[in-house]
Amino acid sequence: MTKITDNNKTIEEIYADVHEVHINTGEQKIFTKRIAGKFRKLKWLASSIWLLFFFGSYLRWGDRQAVLFDIPNRQFHIFELTILPQDFWILALLLLFFAILLAVVTALAGRVYCGFFCFQTIWTDIFTLIETKIEGNPSQQKKLANASFSFKKFYKLSLKYFLWLIISIFTGISFVAWFYDVYILWSDVFLLNLGTASFTTIALFTVGTFILAGFMREQTCFWLCPYARIQAVMVDKNSIVPSYDVLRGEPRGRLKKGDLVEGNGHCIECKQCIAVCPTGVDIRAGQQEGCIMCALCIDACDEIMQKIGKPTGLIKYDSWEGIMGHDEVPILKRARFWVYNLVLLLSIFGIIYGLSSQDALELKVLHARQPLYVLQSDGSIQNRYTLKILNKKTKDIYVDVRVDSDILKDLKIKGEIKNIKAEAGRVTSTTVFVSTDKKNLTQKSTDIKFSIIEVNTKKTATEMMKSFRKSIFLGKVN
Amino acid sequence: MTDKKNPFPGEDNTGHIWDDNLRELNNPPPRWWMISLWASIAFFFAYGFIYPMYPLITDATAGLTGWTSIGEYKEGLAELDKIRKPFEDKIKKKTSKEILTDKDLSKYVEASGKVLFGDNCAACHGTGGAGGPDYPILADDDWLYGGNIETIEQTITNGRKGIMTAHGKMLKEDEIMTLSSYVVGLSNSKKNEAGAKLFQEKACFACHGADAKGMTVLGSANLTDGIWRFGNGTIDDVKQTISHGVNDVSDKKTRMAEMPRFKDRLSKDDIKKLAVYVHMFGGGK
Repeated sequence: MTKITDNNKTIEEIYADVHEVHINTGEQKIFTKRIAGKFRKLKWLASSIWLLFFFGSYLRWGDRQAVLFDIPNRQFHIFELTILPQDFWILALLLLFFAILLAVVTALAGRVYCGFFCFQTIWTDIFTLIETKIEGNPSQQKKLANASFSFKKFYKLSLKYFLWLIISIFTGISFVAWFYDVYILWSDVFLLNLGTASFTTIALFTVGTFILAGFMREQTCFWLCPYARIQAVMVDKNSIVPSYDVLRGEPRGRLKKGDLVEGNGHCIECKQCIAVCPTGVDIRAGQQEGCIMCALCIDACDEIMQKIGKPTGLIKYDSWEGIMGHDEVPILKRARFWVYNLVLLLSIFGIIYGLSSQDALELKVLHARQPLYVLQSDGSIQNRYTLKILNKKTKDIYVDVRVDSDILKDLKIKGEIKNIKAEAGRVTSTTVFVSTDKKNLTQKSTDIKFSIIEVNTKKTATEMMKSFRKSIFLGKVN
Repeated sequence: MTDKKNPFPGEDNTGHIWDDNLRELNNPPPRWWMISLWASIAFFFAYGFIYPMYPLITDATAGLTGWTSIGEYKEGLAELDKIRKPFEDKIKKKTSKEILTDKDLSKYVEASGKVLFGDNCAACHGTGGAGGPDYPILADDDWLYGGNIETIEQTITNGRKGIMTAHGKMLKEDEIMTLSSYVVGLSNSKKNEAGAKLFQEKACFACHGADAKGMTVLGSANLTDGIWRFGNGTIDDVKQTISHGVNDVSDKKTRMAEMPRFKDRLSKDDIKKLAVYVHMFGGGK
């Protein structure tokens, strides 16, 4: 263990090493023993966040679902907020925030997400709980798996698969409920009236949950999940992760007459840490990609240590430096901590800025590309613009269009400029022509400003919604 | 290479051994990976039965569902036609002027006329009616034959071919020069009494009008504004036009200018749409 690299190995030593590495590619089913303890409780607590996934969609806000990702209408409702496609950069920042949060947590405390929050871990956990309740402990489960076919086996397997299926279907429906009104969705489910998209999504989620949590389990973490690989470069010697105290534990050996053999470490080869591991790895071999850092082995080992009267913590949350008795680099002196947090802060500020500066009314101006400007017979120059008026409110409003410029004082505007109906939650477009006498132009491109102002006699000037946008006026100067 | 007796028993090697002790270990891909491989092969065959795939001599297997990409395309087109139908029906019943004043219909034409204009008009008149060398700009308000919607529709339907006689043999060189500088000066409001006199004497006003602003009945050009039908308004450009005329078959150097008629090529409704589309470039009257 103390040798990390050794370049002077003989071929036979290399083969012997390879032989020791056991990789489960799915031929071996992991029967996980369930165990009570501190981290087990923590895991339940962390898993309960997924209750939100199942039941959050039933919340109402006014006359609609509180959180609804309405894809057909391209509107995301989150409580009071309505996010339209134009604001999608906020969502990108939110994704960045969570990605970096994942990185910073992993750098400090390892795969907390994998071990405590990931749906694959938690759904597998629930599925194995059902398996244990129906089929008994791991040895009973193995026995049943190897038993010849009987009514008892048929009954137990059918009951297990049935319960798994119910959970899988409920998972699918709960997922779709975030994109489709949940009450209508349930009535569609019972009336067998589901749309193609809803049905396909529910079917995919049902099959996916059933296979991934029921059969693939740790294989998903080993071979399918990219995050399992990414984490290898996120964890370093200073990361606090579930670790085996190799100095205290080795050399390992069984108890003789209920006592440790003289000269042996505290590890008594009970292999409880392997028995409770949901991915079936041996934590004593050191940090490895198969370990999802769920800390259940700590619960198992602590229980054994108490039984043999030794202090707990042979497997504990600690860093490699800590285990080796070295000093850890303080958190504040780690460059990664600062870089990650800087990105975190930036994305938070971006999100706050985005949400607070959201205007209910937005104007975009597109200057016509061809022709850029047109000379008219009275000697004026005319430019054509397309205005896009975005009304994020839930009611239609009417607006007037104005144009002004600091340099060009006598701009004329024609086209549809009065009482334009801006439909709720939509972009209304209108074409306007702006012109001025050729003699007034002093430069090829002049800054001008378009503004839209709500037409509403009941409101005071300050209450009326308005928005403006800068553009340019082009022309030829003689 | 394979030995009958494996010198490294219990190691799960493939029996391939080189140089006494280098051997290949048996590490098969994960089981789920193999299952996926076989499943995708099965998918290949299943797909071939469900969709048209296997080639025959003159044809291909039709597939169980009978789906074809051309069929899907036609379905999509039919769906589109369904959306367009109410608008198209209205356009059929209305005149181009009524379409122009109808807010919804004119928006529809603004969106759908783009393709028609691109296919039939933009080659000469440019996208957005920007015009081209010796092809009229459609986005300005200077119209040879008039810029109201009915006239535009008529122009597209029957085409136009204006005529200006070549004056190279009728006028002296210095007269052409004087007239040219007079015409160029008109748009800059420059005084040119000799030119004005010649304009009267040589009866230019007969076509271009006493005020030189052109006559829409004849399609003669307005000479007073800064917009030029041919060239960029230099004296040489104008001299060329006066000397050789427009569409004058007796002069080989004459300017050729013909707007073809579209009544044989496009339906009445398409011409109505184009008239409205052109009118909305910003120059329509």
